This record gives sequence, structure tokens and C-alpha cells, in this order.
Amino acid sequence: MSPRGGGEPAVVPDAEFTSYYGRPVVKPAPWAADIPAYMFAGGLAAGSSLLAAGADLTSRPALRRSGRVTALAALGFSAAALVHDLGRPSRFLNMMRTVKLTSPMSVGTWILALYGPPAGLAAVAELAGVPGVPRRLGRVLGALGRPAGLAAGLLAPPVAAYTAVLLSDTATPSWHEAYRELPFVFVSSAAAAAGGAALLAVPAAQAGPARRLAVGGALAELLAEARMERSMGMTAEPLHQGGAGRLMRAAKLLTAAGAALTLLAGRRRPVAALAGAALLAGSACTRFGVVEAGLASARDPRYTVVPQRRRLAQAATRSPRA
Amino acid sequence: MAGRHSLFGPIDPAADAGWVDPPPRKGFFTDTSVCIGCKACEVACKEWNLLPDDGFELLGSSYDNTGALGSTTWRHVAFVEQGGRASVDLGMPGLGPPAPAPAAPAPGAGAVAGAPPGSEPPVSAAPAERPDFRWLMSSDVCKHCTHAACLDVCPTGSLFRTEFGTVVVQPDVCNGCGYCVPACPYGVIERRPGPAGDPLAGIAQKCTLCYDRLRSGAEPACAKACPTDSIQFGDVEELRERAAARLDVLRAAGQDEARLYGAEPDDGVGGTGAFFLLLDEPEVYGLPPDPVVTTKDLPHMFNRASAAAVALLAGAALSFLGRR
Ligand code: SF4
Ligand code: SF4
Repeated sequence: MSPRGGGEPAVVPDAEFTSYYGRPVVKPAPWAADIPAYMFAGGLAAGSSLLAAGADLTSRPALRRSGRVTALAALGFSAAALVHDLGRPSRFLNMMRTVKLTSPMSVGTWILALYGPPAGLAAVAELAGVPGVPRRLGRVLGALGRPAGLAAGLLAPPVAAYTAVLLSDTATPSWHEAYRELPFVFVSSAAAAAGGAALLAVPAAQAGPARRLAVGGALAELLAEARMERSMGMTAEPLHQGGAGRLMRAAKLLTAAGAALTLLAGRRRPVAALAGAALLAGSACTRFGVVEAGLASARDPRYTVVPQRRRLAQAATRSPRA
Repeated sequence: MAGRHSLFGPIDPAADAGWVDPPPRKGFFTDTSVCIGCKACEVACKEWNLLPDDGFELLGSSYDNTGALGSTTWRHVAFVEQGGRASVDLGMPGLGPPAPAPAAPAPGAGAVAGAPPGSEPPVSAAPAERPDFRWLMSSDVCKHCTHAACLDVCPTGSLFRTEFGTVVVQPDVCNGCGYCVPACPYGVIERRPGPAGDPLAGIAQKCTLCYDRLRSGAEPACAKACPTDSIQFGDVEELRERAAARLDVLRAAGQDEARLYGAEPDDGVGGTGAFFLLLDEPEVYGLPPDPVVTTKDLPHMFNRASAAAVALLAGAALSFLGRR
């Protein structure tokens, strides 16, 4: 199998690859489904907060309500996934004992800690008009809803983007080599997912921005993903093989189908719901596929050794050392 | 402290981490040319650090049934059986009478496969120059990198830089997120899988360079136990000189494939605190040929992510332009 493009001349043929009994050189991350699920839900929450903030400013109450509620639900789900991965809730608190700029996980924890409360408050504020809620509380909530929702909207983009840095700041070949485009793949995927969720929940009359965000996000994701694969060199291979390959193919198909349905007949509720479901599923498949491809690239020493060999050979041709 | 310079390039790790007047940096020089594969280091490490067993499986990889470094293996002895590519006379008994004088130098490595039985001259002509088989043994360990990715990415500060310039996990602080595991470019650190009930289950574990022993002035257990001085412990500065001298000796003796691994302060991880004299390419021993600390690209990564975040914000705003 020849390495994919990337514009690098094949200085060292793959045939020279050697390894220690085929064992991995780097260790795969010990992360199960919790982590990609956490990333998907985080992206969905972020995109939904953005939609809610925009809807609030442009007087689209149904879109605002669905965005805020989706954000809170997704956030709750992602927190549960994270705690499940860590094993104990107290360990999540342990993450807050320090601020570390060299650790994307530390930075991400703080971004989430800043984003969570306003996002949650904005969702709770939706109770304001609900019958049974005391008048006074209702008024306080009503007043807090907008500032909280806007704050959540402003803090949302980093929530969607940081998980890409989380993956790329590792020695896992297919994650690290993706670092240039992965943030764009993830934020577009978050936009598509949030648009999709709103298509499911919001009447067509108010869902215009959701449709545009969904279609724009889907197209941007497909473009960014294609670019990413070109810049990754041979470490793009795992994105096409095995379970990761199936997930990535499904992601592309679902995302493209979701965008097409939205464009063609997004104003008809049943079609919109179908499109929304496809976009949500596509976004989830992207996270699971990227995570799985990275794990596969770590398990195969070829993806660690061959690019490093090639780099050494290139350095040697540039400046022959004594 | 987190300045760009501290992410890459040669530095004094203990001073960079904020230690005032740290003692000289400590480390290992592992000279694999004298390793006899006795595994005394593996055992001494397990005993001193109370590491549980790794299971009792036969892996079918020569005499290596440990496999790799991990949460319960902090020293690992690799056994490489090589056929048909050695250009080095290790003084092993060969077939036929000893060669009278060094004959023509061996052609490029990997060129000559073991001659089939019954074929002619080479076997008796110069067997010592081209043994058709050789052992490579090497005791691997955490590299205690100058720029340690594991330490950089740890969100809790559980991994810290000691006054000796080494990298140590505090098990009571680690929350088991496992982020350090994929961050290490050498595949060293690992989250201990079990058993349930073990207070260290789910906690990242690796070589501490026997921090407890160092603090009381003793040398690490593995170096102490090594009968051939393949594992040498000491001040990194001095060890680097010793390693360079040993390399010269081996090169002069015709061991062209001998090389130092990790001893250069300007390599991808800023040089390692534990470095090696190898007799073949690093990947033959399961080591990465050109590891680079992943945080080297971190500023660039954060820039890309910021651009993506701004793009998302702009995209969301754009989607509200237009009527429906
Ligand atoms: S070898 Fe790996 S575990 Fe050891 S200090 Fe370097 S990055 Fe950390
Ligand atoms: S597993 Fe422990 S030592 Fe490793 S990064 Fe997470 S908190 Fe730090």
C-alpha cells in the first residue's frame, strides 16, 4: 500500500520498515467510547448554545428554547461520559486543582467549567414562562436568561474546538498529524450536529438559521476532512481501514445526505427530522471514526516508525551531518 | 514558565521547572553492547518498587516474555534475534576455522543472508566477519525526557519534575485520565489496568528513577543490580561524556552500527535523561527513530483551534443573516 499524497517524496521506501516483533512503539490512549461520545456531546452543546444565542437576539423563541435545552442535555451527557471514563466523580474535581496551559485537557476543563454554568442557567431560564413556576422566580429567570445565554454562546466555540487539540497534542500518529485541520473538522461537525438537533425540534418557520448552520457545517466538515487527509501523509491510511474506515465512510455519507435533504426539502417537517437525525449521526460517526483511527495508528508501529524515518532521511539530505 | 522556549530545545529541566539550585541532573546511560539479557534489572525494579506481575504468558518473542514497558514493568529487557545482517564480530563461536585476517569489509547491512548449508566459500572463508546470527539485548526504561510530553499534558500536575531533573508520578494526585499515555513519544507510561481494589488501579505508573532511593543518596535498584554495568547511573553531563568515549571505542573496534540514542540535547525531546548505546537502528529495539515532544507544535495547535473557534462563531452569526 503506498502512502497517500502529502507532497512528500518517498525518500525511504516502506520496505525498510522494521519493528520489535511488530509491537506498538507508542501506546494507544486507554480511552473507550466515553471519550468520543464526550467530544460529540460537547460539540453539540456548543453549537446549540450558539443557535440559542442567535435565536434570542433575533426573536425566534422556539429555536432559542430548543438550543438551550439541547445544550444543557448534551452537556450533562458529556459530563457523565467524562466521569464514567475517570471512574469517580471526585476525580473530575481533581482536574480543577491547577491551571496548566501546556495541557489541553486542563485548559478544556476550565473552558467547560466557565461555559457550563451560563449554559445551564440559560436552559433553566426557559422555565420562566412555564405554568406552576412561582411568578417571582419566573421574573428573575427571565431577566437572567439573555445574559446567561449570550455568555454561553460566546464561550461555546472554544468548547467545540479544544477537543481537537486534546487529540492532536499526543504522539498518536493519526491524531498528531491531523493537527492543522482537525479543529476545523470538529467545529464544522459541531455546527452540523447542532443544526441537525434544531431541525428535529423546531418548527420550520423558525428553523432557517438552523438549516443554514447545518448545511454550512456539513459542507465545511466534508471539505476540512478532505484537506486533512491530504496533509496527513500516510497517517491518513487508518481513516480508511477497518472500523475507523467504516465510521468515516458512514460519517461522510450521513453528513452529505443530511445536508442534501435539508437543502432540498428542509422546510417539510418529516424530511427535516430525517435530515437532522442524519446530521447528528454523521457528527457522532466523525468523532468515533477519528478517535478509532488514531488508536489504530498507535497500535501499528509502521505509522510511528516510517514517517519518522522519512523525516530523518529528509533532514539528512538537507544538511549532511558529519 | 510556559514560555515558548520551554516547550522545545535544550534546557536544564530542573531549573526550568523552578527548582532553585538543583543538584546535577541524574540519569541512566544504558550500554546495550555489554547487556547479557539476565533481566536482573527487571527483577530488581519489580522488587524494590513492589510492582505486581504482568501475567505469565509466553509471548513467543525470543526470551522476552515481558513484551514492553508498562504500568507494572518499569525496566524491560528486549531480546532481538537477528539473522543474516550482522557486520560485527561478537566473538561468537562460528563454523569452520577462524579467519586468518580481517577480510574485505562486510557489504551494506542486510545484504547477506545466512548462506544455505552446502554452499561454498563464504562459510569457511570469513565466518567471523559475517556471523549469520546475532543477539541484541537492551534494557529499556522511561527516558526522563528534557521535554517530557507526559508531564506537559498532565491536567492535574500529578507528574512533576524532581530536583534531579527526572519525571515522577504522584499516585495520590493522578486522576487516571490517561492523557499522559498517548502523549509519551516512547510509549512508556501506562494506566494500571487492575486488579480492582488495588489503590493504584486506574493510576498512571512508570519508572521514577527510584526517586526514593535517590533522595537518600542510593543509586536506582536496576543500576545496582546490573552485573555488567550495562546500566550506569550518574550525573547526565558526565554520563554523556562516558557514552561518547565508549562509542569511540566501539567504532574503533569496527562496530560501525553502534550509535548513541537520546544523548543529543538538541534532539526532538531536548535529549533524554536516560539514553542508550545501541548496536542497530532504534526501531529494531522497539524505539522510535526520531521522537519529537508533541508539545513542540502546541502553540501552532492552539492557533489553529482559535481560528476554528472564530470561524464557528462567524458561521453561526452568518446563519442568522437572511430571513427565514
Ligand atoms: S519517556 Fe515518556 S513517560 Fe518517560 S519522561 Fe519521556 S514522555 Fe514521560
Ligand atoms: S493519568 Fe494521571 S499522570 Fe497521567 S495525565 Fe492523567 S492525571 Fe496526569
